[in-house]
Amino acid sequence: MTAITDIPDLPRAARRPQIGNPVLRWLRTNLFSSIPNGILSVVLLAVLAKGVVSFAQWGIVNAVWLTPANDSSACKAARGVGACWAIIPEKYRFILFGTYPFDEQWRPALSVVLFIALFFLSTRRSLWRRELAYLWIGALALISLLMWGGVLGLSFVSQDRWGGLPVTLILATFGLALGFPLGIVVALGRRSKLPAIRSLSVLYVELIRGVPLVSLLFMASVMFPLFMPSGFNIDKLLRAQVAIILFAGAYLAEVIRGGLQAVPRGQYEAADALGLSYWRKHRLVVLPQAIRHVIPPLVNTFIAFFKDTSLVLIIGIFDLLTTAKTAIIDPAWQQFSVEVYIFVAAIYFVFCFAMSRYSRSLEATSAR
Amino acid sequence: MTSDDPRSPPRRSFFGALGPNELKGLFWQVLVVGIAVAVIVFLWSNTVTNLSARRITTGFAFLGREAGMPIADSLLAYNPRDSYLWAFVVGVANTLRVAVIGIVLATILGTLIGISRLSANWLLSRFAAVYVEVLRDIPLLLQLLFWYVLMQALPAARAAWRPVEGVFLSNRGLILPAIPFRAPHLWVLGTAVLGCAAFFMIQRWLVAQQMRDGKPRPAWPFALGLVVVLPVAVSLLLGVSWTIEWPELRGFNFVGGLTLAPEYFALLIALVTYTSAFIAEIVRSGIQSVPRGQWDAASALGLRRSFMLRQIILPQALRVIVPPMTSQYLNLTKNSSLAVAIGYQDVVSIANTTLNQTGQAIEAISLIMAVFLTISLGISFFMNWFNARIALAER
Repeated sequence: MTAITDIPDLPRAARRPQIGNPVLRWLRTNLFSSIPNGILSVVLLAVLAKGVVSFAQWGIVNAVWLTPANDSSACKAARGVGACWAIIPEKYRFILFGTYPFDEQWRPALSVVLFIALFFLSTRRSLWRRELAYLWIGALALISLLMWGGVLGLSFVSQDRWGGLPVTLILATFGLALGFPLGIVVALGRRSKLPAIRSLSVLYVELIRGVPLVSLLFMASVMFPLFMPSGFNIDKLLRAQVAIILFAGAYLAEVIRGGLQAVPRGQYEAADALGLSYWRKHRLVVLPQAIRHVIPPLVNTFIAFFKDTSLVLIIGIFDLLTTAKTAIIDPAWQQFSVEVYIFVAAIYFVFCFAMSRYSRSLEATSAR
Repeated sequence: MTSDDPRSPPRRSFFGALGPNELKGLFWQVLVVGIAVAVIVFLWSNTVTNLSARRITTGFAFLGREAGMPIADSLLAYNPRDSYLWAFVVGVANTLRVAVIGIVLATILGTLIGISRLSANWLLSRFAAVYVEVLRDIPLLLQLLFWYVLMQALPAARAAWRPVEGVFLSNRGLILPAIPFRAPHLWVLGTAVLGCAAFFMIQRWLVAQQMRDGKPRPAWPFALGLVVVLPVAVSLLLGVSWTIEWPELRGFNFVGGLTLAPEYFALLIALVTYTSAFIAEIVRSGIQSVPRGQWDAASALGLRRSFMLRQIILPQALRVIVPPMTSQYLNLTKNSSLAVAIGYQDVVSIANTTLNQTGQAIEAISLIMAVFLTISLGISFFMNWFNARIALAER
């Protein structure tokens, strides 16, 4: 084990006189501070060089980038030595938009752009106002309009033809947008003095958090039809969406409860002294502070949910991962699943990495 | 409803003065419970109607019937003529097999990576940071499918890779040399566990003695006797064989050794690498939470580095580490249910097959939930006990 140095308040390095070439000095302090450290650096450099070289050979030098449509012979020839990126231009429309009518795919594409714009606007601190909520409602309505169509000359597309990235974004966004108010209510319920409400909230949270999401999704896909009056059947996507909302509600409730606990007692008392009712007290005084406290963990929960929506693959809903898995069933391209998975992993990574960077910058500003 | 702050003054007795607030509270509770009951009754009556319309009898009687499903890779002896109940038990054993080993390996790997992130070596800490960032930001199910595809792309048994002599990696999975485990081994292991427990108690007593008179007492003779000599003696007495069985290729398959099926191996790798990224962050923040002054004070006392880590740093870091670690262990266990996507037969996968064969949806899903709730509660209890043991003992 090497020495642990990343300890706060360490003024030593700053006070030491700075001599010699800065590059060499950097190398000395960061890579070759002692003999074992030097050996470790050399070994790691060798591993890194080997990894980079072999990945570059497979992924760039020997890779097949383009082939004529539906012809995988060039890829098959390069199999084992080079990647077959040609499968991406061949299949990307299906991976991104599933079985949505081909000529209408600008609609899901525009929806994705709207989603991204919405997320981006929501990260701006200066826009955290009431209007943002209206903006969300408006944008989500517009997205529904685009996806379903049926009005304004757009042809109707039923939701069993939706697929790919828009479905992932819909499941995640609606799950969070509706799970969030649910989480607030349950968090308040869990801190309520009324025993019946408190125990119902505890039961809900612990029951949902104690079981895997897979079992909830199974429940949504197999048991939900049993629960409903006969003749009343709701769509598979909507059922999965309900399961995800219930799941998100329980996890968000716990995060929000942490925030509620961090609000000082004096704030509650001050609100009571002003004669505010329970709901006005929470809406105007307590919740704004509580949620501000827990924004970084909330963003982390959002990341977890975004990834967890991929589990709908198990009940056969066409989200981004399912379309990727389906794309490689095609016998001609069957052997090139690794490339497709890398492509999809990159999409998920971009979204999650952006969110985690954002969460970290929030933590940094709130720590100041 | 008044302030919901837990520190508000003690409530008056329920049937005492029912002021306007109490009445309001009562009203809300009756309303919420009423709605909950109404929803449950509505769903329940629908379910009963639907079930009778589909001629499905409810109840767990189906568990006694012959399962007839094959289970390829199981820890416990099983054949398709066994009952559904036994198939479930086999599934639970398979879940536990991947969860327990996964938790142990993820803890080791996560700790190593967490420490690496704090390394003075820039390259090593960058490596660890990239590892954590990449694995955390890609869905586990995608990683699992990726590992499984890689596993299937491995060469056939005849052309298996041999990274080390006696270890084979092929599309049949990972084959390791192993010591065949039989009943006598259990006795030896049992003695070793008992020996450890006894040594633990003796050590506590020795420390208590030292607290009284300040004289250090060596503990190692007890360790040697209880943990090493005793099990060895039992082993010799029972004539237990410890020869390692080396796997070899015969025809198209391997004979001997321990086989980890590709499904199990892919699931294990995916769970361990994914969870280790989260554990690494927990370990890092735990170590960073120990103030610099504690390190300085320990070095000023002239303590050896290993002693310092064990007695000063670790106990303080653990207080920060244990609670989030508990939820990671729970996550790993729950995530093991993704096995159903690659066909490793854990309890969820077996319940799903049962559901498809018998149509007993409610029973099968309740069984899954019961199993996971039990495991979750078990892990929570253990970790809470452990957490209470290491908690800060303040005046």
